[in-house]
Amino acid sequence: MVQYVVARLLWLIPTILAMALVTFLVMHATPGSPLDPIAEGANPLPPEAQKVLAKHYGLDKPLWHQFGIFVAKAARGDFGFSFVYKTRTVAEILRETFPISLFLGSMALALAVAGGLTLGILAAVYQNRGWDYVSVSLATVGVAVPNFVLAVFLIILFSFVVPLFPTGGWESPRTWVLPTITLAAAPMGIIARFTRASMLEVIRADYTLTARAKGLSETPVIFKHALKNALIPIVTLLGPMFAAVGTGSFFVESIFRVPGMGRFFVQSMTGRDYPMIMAVVLTYGVFLAIMNLAVDLAYGALDPRIRY
Amino acid sequence: MGLSTPASGTNVTAGPRPLADPDGIRAPLPVAVEAGAELRSSSLWRDAIRRLLRNRLAMAGGIVVALLCLIAIFADVLAPRPYTKTNFGRLNEAPTRDYLLGTDQLGRDLLSRMIYGARVSMLVGLGAQIIVVSIGVPIGALSGYLGGRADLFLTRFIDVMYAFPRLLFVILVMSMLGAGLTNIFIAIGLTGWVGIARQTRAQVLAIKEKEFVDAARGLGAGFARLLSRHILPNAMTPIVVAVTFGIPEAIFTEAALSFIGVGINPPTPSWGQMVGEGQQYIRSYWHLCVFPSIAIAVTMLAFTFFGDGVRDALDPKMK
Repeated sequence: MVQYVVARLLWLIPTILAMALVTFLVMHATPGSPLDPIAEGANPLPPEAQKVLAKHYGLDKPLWHQFGIFVAKAARGDFGFSFVYKTRTVAEILRETFPISLFLGSMALALAVAGGLTLGILAAVYQNRGWDYVSVSLATVGVAVPNFVLAVFLIILFSFVVPLFPTGGWESPRTWVLPTITLAAAPMGIIARFTRASMLEVIRADYTLTARAKGLSETPVIFKHALKNALIPIVTLLGPMFAAVGTGSFFVESIFRVPGMGRFFVQSMTGRDYPMIMAVVLTYGVFLAIMNLAVDLAYGALDPRIRY
Repeated sequence: MGLSTPASGTNVTAGPRPLADPDGIRAPLPVAVEAGAELRSSSLWRDAIRRLLRNRLAMAGGIVVALLCLIAIFADVLAPRPYTKTNFGRLNEAPTRDYLLGTDQLGRDLLSRMIYGARVSMLVGLGAQIIVVSIGVPIGALSGYLGGRADLFLTRFIDVMYAFPRLLFVILVMSMLGAGLTNIFIAIGLTGWVGIARQTRAQVLAIKEKEFVDAARGLGAGFARLLSRHILPNAMTPIVVAVTFGIPEAIFTEAALSFIGVGINPPTPSWGQMVGEGQQYIRSYWHLCVFPSIAIAVTMLAFTFFGDGVRDALDPKMK
């Protein structure tokens, strides 16, 4: 067990290094440079000034050298100054925005898990009847409709037609509602679909028949005997779902004007903000890798047949 | 990211598929192997098609998909105006009889732009899958068949690619290549082949151990013939399922890229880009983003229902 965790954690290092290298190479192969950006607020600079700036930011060194410096600094949590927000370090910006994204993501995940399980169980218990169709349709809509499209519909419905929630911002809990629902829709659909399939399989299993045969009523059969076993494969879904929520927040955050990390990603791309791009990609990567590890461990804890 | 991946992901770990010639009964004669395999496999496909035709939701999805393809092909005929024609006297107009879906910020006909937008979506959906399959299937098949160091390298590489949030990587590649239709193909192709390669590899690994493959090898079938005539035809089912789910995923990716402005180059209309631009004026001019949003939603739903139907038809156990 300990050995497994240590091995997995050690594997993180080459994985993240590979990710950093790929991102670094793609980024530097990009035409355009941070000294001559196409982003807002840029002004064309004379070549001498560009040279001085390049030297200041270390962009005049060969690429492998730049990468080495980056890795050495990043290992200490120093990602340097943002090229776009010149007075702030990347670490500062991330410290401010990452918690907001994390908070939004956690709320969305909680909603997705609660809603998805409910829909999935309902669908399986009432297979091929009304509730099944309702929840399968809801789940399919959640999976299929992109979140930025869903956001448009939700804003029209709940901000204009029935003015319940504001169209954006992040000041009060009321502003949290629409972004959370939007971000939760896709993972909720995924969970609902898998819960349904998994429950259907378990409900047909012999031990469920046994539970019924010994005279248990429907509620304990479903919740104590069936659900517990059906949940095991669902846990593996949580890994890819963190990714869905993470990348989903680019769109949700920019539509609902949430001051999180997602918005910076696109801005930093077009602004060729090298330190920011690297930091955002790596933050997502490390976060995902750790979450995947946590999911694998939880899986082992839930299913005693799995040994590491 | 693909958000629809988990749906296709179900098949990754599932055991061996129904095979055309599972027991190798027909193996002894080379002629019989092929004739038999084709006979049985064609009936497998025919059964699947019959099941698909009976699935009403899937057929509804299929009809919408067919309509969208027709709209895309005949966009020139169907669109009432050229998609670049501006009318500065009538900006941001709500739907009227002249402009059925209204006009945009430059006074262009929204309906015409949506019709041409279908062309972009369909092109990306189908074109990207052709690229993905033609990279992913050979690599996956070779890696599964050859095994050894090449296989180890590939699986490691796939693991790293999976560690990347996919959409994030596509955005990264797009900002490197610049906006444009060809670049979208390249970006989706570069990232999308990984999933299909993994699926193909798993299939080939399972099938290459079967007796009928041994039999064919014993009869002197070479490496290329074994792969192309015996192993790959039996590995098709999950690949077909992956492709049917890959199409809406590619359409989603294009819409998402265009939404944030690194997808299709203006003035070529793309639904995602229309939603992205229109969404900023949602309070004043709702029609600018609502109609393209509906188009994206309907397209995605149609492909998803159709894809679900294809999966259920090919793999009735999943139902």
